[in-house]
Parts: sequence; C-alpha cells; structure tokens
Amino acid sequence: MSVLVLGHHNGSALSPATASVVAAARKIGADIDVLLVGHNLTSIASEAAQLAGARKVLLAESADLAEARATDISDIMFAIADPYSTFLSAANALGKSAMPRLAAKLDVQQITEITAILGPDTFERPIYAGNAIETVKTGQIRNVITVRTTSFEAAAKGGEAVIEHLSPLPSTGAVKLLRTERDESDRPKLDEARIVVSGGVSLGSAAEFERLVYPLADKLSAAVGASRAAVDEGFVPNECQVGQTGKVVAPELYIACGISGAIQHVAGMRGAKVIVAINSDPEAPIVKLADYALVADLFEAVPELTEKL
Amino acid sequence: MKILVPVKRVVDHKVNVRVRADGSGVETGNVKMSMNPFDEIAVEEAVRMREAGTCDELVVVSIGPKQAEDTLRTALALGADKAILIESDERVEPLAVAKLLKELAAREAPDLVLLGKQAIDDDAAQTGPMLSALLDWPISSFAAKIEAKDDALEVIEEADNGREVVTLPLPAIVTVDLQLNQPRNVSLPSVIKAKQKPLERLAAADFGVDLAPRLEILATRAPDPRPEGKRVGSVDELLAALRSHAGLLEGEAR
Repeated sequence: MSVLVLGHHNGSALSPATASVVAAARKIGADIDVLLVGHNLTSIASEAAQLAGARKVLLAESADLAEARATDISDIMFAIADPYSTFLSAANALGKSAMPRLAAKLDVQQITEITAILGPDTFERPIYAGNAIETVKTGQIRNVITVRTTSFEAAAKGGEAVIEHLSPLPSTGAVKLLRTERDESDRPKLDEARIVVSGGVSLGSAAEFERLVYPLADKLSAAVGASRAAVDEGFVPNECQVGQTGKVVAPELYIACGISGAIQHVAGMRGAKVIVAINSDPEAPIVKLADYALVADLFEAVPELTEKL
Repeated sequence: MKILVPVKRVVDHKVNVRVRADGSGVETGNVKMSMNPFDEIAVEEAVRMREAGTCDELVVVSIGPKQAEDTLRTALALGADKAILIESDERVEPLAVAKLLKELAAREAPDLVLLGKQAIDDDAAQTGPMLSALLDWPISSFAAKIEAKDDALEVIEEADNGREVVTLPLPAIVTVDLQLNQPRNVSLPSVIKAKQKPLERLAAADFGVDLAPRLEILATRAPDPRPEGKRVGSVDELLAALRSHAGLLEGEAR
C-alpha cells in the first residue's frame, strides 16, 4: 500500500510534525512519498529526504505556491492521488483544512487525529476532547487520515529518498493571502510546546498572571496557557486557552498554576506526560489529577520555582 | 447576503462525559444536551452580520434526531430567521452530512455557509472543508475575524505559524474559531418569539444521499488512567521530583 504524506514546513524549515507523520505512515504501509508545496524548497526537501522510510520527496514548487492555501494543497494532492491508497497529514491547522477536502473529492470518509495504529485498517482516536477513546475500523479501500503527532515518535534520520519535481503545476485558486501576522515572540506555540505553563483565575489579575506565569514559562522555554476562566477574566488572550473549547495540548510537562481543573480544562491537557499542579486548595480536582501536586500559596511557590530553576 | 449556519446538538461542554460500561459509546441518556459551542459562535457571527445589515436572511439547519429541534429553537432565539431540521436517528458521518448540506445549499442558495470548526463530540473537524470540496466553493478555516467586502470576504485565520489574512469571493464557506466572538445569552422574550419562527422538518432519507457509515466503531473506552499522583511538600521537593525525569526540564522548544 503506497502512502502519500503531506509535508509541513514554515517556508524555511521542515516542521518536526512531518517526521512523526512519516513514522505513523510506516505502520500503515510501505512506499511512502512526502509532498512538499511551496517555493524555494531545496533545503526543506533535503531535510525531508533524510526521513527514514521515505521513498520519494515530491516537490510542487513555484513562486505562486509560496502562498498556497489549504485549498490549493488539497487540489494538488487530488491531482496526484491515483497511485496512493492512504493519505496522511498532521492534524494541525493546514491538515485539518486540506485533508477533509481531499477526502470529499475522493469520496472517502476521513479518520481524524489518530493516536494509535492497531492495524492497517484499525485506529484509535480521541473523542470528546480525549475524555473517550474510540477504536475505528475502515472498510474503505482508500483512506485519508490525520495524525496527532505527539502520539508518534518522529522518524529517524538516515533515509535517502529521491527528490522529484512535479509538473505541470495547477494554478492557485480563489482564496488569496493578503498578509500574515506572524507570532513574533520566541515562545513556542501552545500546541507544539514541550512544556506548557498555565495560569488560572486564582492569579487574580492580568498583572499577577504576567508577574508569575510568564517568567516561569520563559525560564523553561515553555508556552503559556490558561484556563477558560482566566481568559474570560481577560488575564490573557483567548488563543492561550487550554481546554475542550480551546486548544488541546499534550506536552511532556504541564504546570498548572492556580487552576482548579474544571472538566473542560482537563479535557484539553490530560494527554500531558507529566502534570504539575500548584494550588492553595487541596480539594481542587487538579490536585488529584496531577503527578506532582504542591499545595501552597501560589504567589510564593511560583516565583520560588522560577528562581530555583 | 444569505447565510446558512449548520448547528449540531451535542453533549453540553460542562458535562463530565462517561463511557458506557459495555464499550458501546459515550452515555448520552439523561445528559444535558446543547448546541455545539463552535456552532454557537457561527450563529452569533451571522446574527451580528444580520444586525449590521450585511446579511438579509439567516437560515439554520441541523441534521439529527427530533430533539435537535431544541438546538434549532435556540438558534432562532439567538436571531436566526428560519430553521430546517433534517431528521435522522442514525449516526451520520461528516461526509454524509456534507453531502446533505450540499443538497440543501442547492435549494437554499446561500452566499455564505458559516460552520463551527469542529463539533466537541466526535471532534472530526471535517464538515466545512468537505462541503467546500463538494460545492467547489472557496473556504477559509479557523476564522478569528470576518469582514464582508462587496462580493468577497476578508478573514483573519488562525494558521499554524500565526495569523493569516485572506480574501475569498462569495459564495464561500467559512469555519469559525473560538476567538471570533463571545456568543450572547438568550433572553426569555427571544425564546418566546422564537416559537413563532418557521421550522421546517425534512427526512434525511429523502435526499438521495448514501447515509450508510463508512467507518465501523469497534469500541469506545475511557482514556488510560493516569498513574497515581504524589503530593510534594515544598518547591525543593517538586524540583527534585521533576529532575528525576531525565531531560524533562531541559526546556528546549521543539
């Protein structure tokens, strides 16, 4: 079974997500090709060619495609779909926009965000933001699948895939990029970070959030998260929200400062490998959930932790 | 413009979902059901466009059991003009939902279909992009801001590497993200008024769409239990515990 993997990159480097998707692809089939869409892809392509298990790296490369939208990418995948039986992507924003379009064009019911591969046609995936795990079996001959990359170890280096240029390239579609507003901070992104430091409503104000949470996050090169209550209070912007209605994260380490652990928050972070709770309330649900719970005054313990790291 | 907003009835986001003991799924009996929160944001946005005069008709649709009428009434109370229930008691997968919506779009001729980015029950996040492919309409996903400009939309999208501002011509599909707005609370007078608004009932089986699921759900289980946690008595003890995990505190961003 041949597999087409959508490669992710930011225009200058291959996203680590791609290596995880290739690793997942190896559990499903052989003959794994990685598609890269963009402009000036030479160095990104050679990175992708080193991924163990990749057979070919396919380049859809042109100046127009520097600003390719998910719609364009799904059209390119559809145009070269014939030899492939499985189509894989990370379940990031691009994958979530492009892959269901490809699936609909192929008349395939997509399988979203798998976390385990039990067999070539049987997968586990979280539902209800991870509060339940579903085992799904596909009876379809072709499948379109997105992958939760934190659930798969990245493919090793050492591969020697052949790099091929695709032509002719389709023209880009009706959606046009006007401008980008890049996140200029050096902080990692919430859903990709290895460590997340989150603050809750017990912090009391935006100023205290700023004073306690950000320095700890900076010391650990961590992303900053927050509970819905803290977002509703206006301590931090909405994009920091971790939870069922915010971002679902699965970092190596999650440090919850003054977060009670409401159901909807826990749904967004229970996949973390190690959970630390710093809370003054010994009865807070997060204290029970945490691997390490420190029941202490937040306003003393958090700066002390930052200091001692 | 005319806007169509599909809404889904799901287990309320504040409910602690429980997996049935026999592994047959998540318990939905005697559980509070509500409109999918992301769909609520889509309805709110459309209502704001209705109030601002950029939208002249707002139709909401739900595909699901008869009880989904409650969800539609909520959308009517929020400010929709008309509701359509496409009734089905079976599990309808996103591909089939998108096919039903394609048929409905042919009948209703909206200029814009606004959808939640995903439903919080199956977390599939497929219906919007699938509908865009089936209708061959452009799509903008994960909208944080939507502005109508003549026959086009300008949308700020939550993308993988920050925010991106795109323009797309109508008719179009837009899926909405959390940052777009804060939905209003439904007032009692508007609930009463909503009872007078039209609600049309159709049968999913009459659409000529293959509704049979393509995926078999073999089992549903609770997530792996987390290992028993440990109380630590001080920051020093916490640090020692964290340092016992090799490499955990290296703090290298991936």
